[in-house]
Amino acid sequence: MSFISYLKDGISLGSIYAIIALGYTMVYGIAKMLNFAHGDVIMVGAFVILAAITKAGLSPLLSIILAVVLCTVLGITIEMVAYRPLRKASSNLAVLITAIGVSYLLQNVALLVFGADAKSFVTVINVPTLVLFDGQLTIKGITIVTIAACIIIMCGLTLFVNKTKPGHAMKAVSEDRDAAQLMGVNVNSTISLTFAIGSGLAAIAGLLLCSAYPTLTPYTGAMPGIKAFVAAVFGGIGSIPGAMIGGILLGVIEIFGKAYISSQVADAIVFAVLIIVLLVKPTGLFGKNVQEKV
Amino acid sequence: MADMKKSMSKTSKNNYITYAMVIAIFIVVQALSATGNLSRLLTGLLVPLCVYTIAAVSLNLVVGFSGELSLGHAGFMCVGAYSSALFSSVFADTLPSVPRLILAILIGAAVAAVFGILIGIPVLRLRGDYLAIVTLAFGEIIKNLINVLYVGVDENGLHVAVSSAGLNLAAGGKQIMKGALGISGTATLYKDIKDYFFLIGVILILITLFIVQNLVNSRSGRAITSTRDNRIAAESVGISVTKYKLMAFTISAALAGVAGVLYAHNLSMLKVSTFDYNLSILVLVYVVLGGIGNLRGSIIATIILYALPELLRGFSTYRMLIYAVVLIAMMLFNWAPAARNFRSRILERLRGNRKKKEAA
Repeated sequence: MSFISYLKDGISLGSIYAIIALGYTMVYGIAKMLNFAHGDVIMVGAFVILAAITKAGLSPLLSIILAVVLCTVLGITIEMVAYRPLRKASSNLAVLITAIGVSYLLQNVALLVFGADAKSFVTVINVPTLVLFDGQLTIKGITIVTIAACIIIMCGLTLFVNKTKPGHAMKAVSEDRDAAQLMGVNVNSTISLTFAIGSGLAAIAGLLLCSAYPTLTPYTGAMPGIKAFVAAVFGGIGSIPGAMIGGILLGVIEIFGKAYISSQVADAIVFAVLIIVLLVKPTGLFGKNVQEKV
Repeated sequence: MADMKKSMSKTSKNNYITYAMVIAIFIVVQALSATGNLSRLLTGLLVPLCVYTIAAVSLNLVVGFSGELSLGHAGFMCVGAYSSALFSSVFADTLPSVPRLILAILIGAAVAAVFGILIGIPVLRLRGDYLAIVTLAFGEIIKNLINVLYVGVDENGLHVAVSSAGLNLAAGGKQIMKGALGISGTATLYKDIKDYFFLIGVILILITLFIVQNLVNSRSGRAITSTRDNRIAAESVGISVTKYKLMAFTISAALAGVAGVLYAHNLSMLKVSTFDYNLSILVLVYVVLGGIGNLRGSIIATIILYALPELLRGFSTYRMLIYAVVLIAMMLFNWAPAARNFRSRILERLRGNRKKKEAA
């Protein structure tokens, strides 16, 4: 039964990675950049929820909405101020380094505002624990909510991208930015929209992450962010189902690594997965093989 | 003298200016310390400054000349630091300190280079963003593994295990690497040459500069820059992109290993937590601020960014914040097409004014 219990923990953690990875994969697919600051937006979202509940005394639902709105605005602002001016830069490196700078900036602002010591996160999601097989398997409420949220988000995004006009615009921009522009797609607002969705999802990921692992520091988002990027690469960057499956697989690998090998080297195992994937199938599980042209 | 200067090419003149600058700084510091004008705090900063300078110059080789972003520089420093400290501890009684240190430096560089090749081969075939994330992953893997690694030595040889008890050391054996506690006492093995560490650091900086500058201006160096400027065009004229990117990456890793060796041998406690992601970013900030692809700039930026916050203590809370803002601002200012146009327009206007003045 412990196997199933670990599997359930893995899927729960993996669902969080999947939600974060969706943000990475959409931004990468459309803006062709690795948004290093994405993980730190998660941290900002979690801090906003914590502050809204403990300091401002808002209701949980209201603070979640507030966090999603603030993170969306933050994502759009970051894109407009830091990334947009560099979109036509001659070097790909420029925007990558700027993204690292933004990540660093968010961490250090949080450090100044909230301090370095770990805060314990409040219980926001109150769903009763499910007990199965005469108490042999218990599933916490947060686990159920996390997995459900992940499935809903994934289905919603797939529908949005495939069925709506802005979704088609996103697909067009990710295929060929210049051609999309010629067809009348507003590239700037499409990229802004992508950042908005990704950052809004990051706020939800922050809530789920901190509900499952209730300690919050300014560096909380960094490591899950990087792992989620690994998940996005694993599933094939630019692909929505890929991010989902990659995220869940990675979560399961991490929890199994922790349980059966060693808790200290679990991170090393996760990153080794990345290197192996890049060696064997660089485009990931669902990625498209794109040839670079002159 | 005048003839010699004329016959010297622009690049070699540029190289000599960099060497001269390092030596001049060294002489000034020595003069200050001889006359007692250097506080204890500052003296303690000198060797770490050399460590960061070597790290920044070597990172600039990858970022500036091969156009790839490595976020695992701390990982290579870590590998160099641990392998060399291990060597120094094992051979503490059998070798005198000077040859031991030289061998330790070579071993640190070699081990870091091997890791550079291992990481580089799978990744350098891919696009730049992947290299950034894989080098970051590599740094984390190294940190994780060293954290659980225990190494001890007794009369039967080296023992490696993942726990203190697992070492099974014979009586009289000693533990060298103690997992998260790291390696202690490396600096005390070099007590007799401790005072010369700054000199050694400066010599290592000069060697690093010599290697990087000569590489960059060689045929291979031009191949490396061509892969940065246009990968496809470089391939079309028969340049093996992977080979040259790997060359730059490996040499950079080896030099980062040297920085790690210097770091490890200057400290009494070597802990793996030092070599985290933040260290890699810090070195990257030095490179970006000094100018990507500008070696002299890296040195100057390292000195200013490293020494200033240490001197202005009250500033330290905002130090990282300011680094972040500086990083973003520098990138926008230097790379955004709009900023570039703006700058060239301003420059033109200034030149235009000067011409008008000359005409008048």
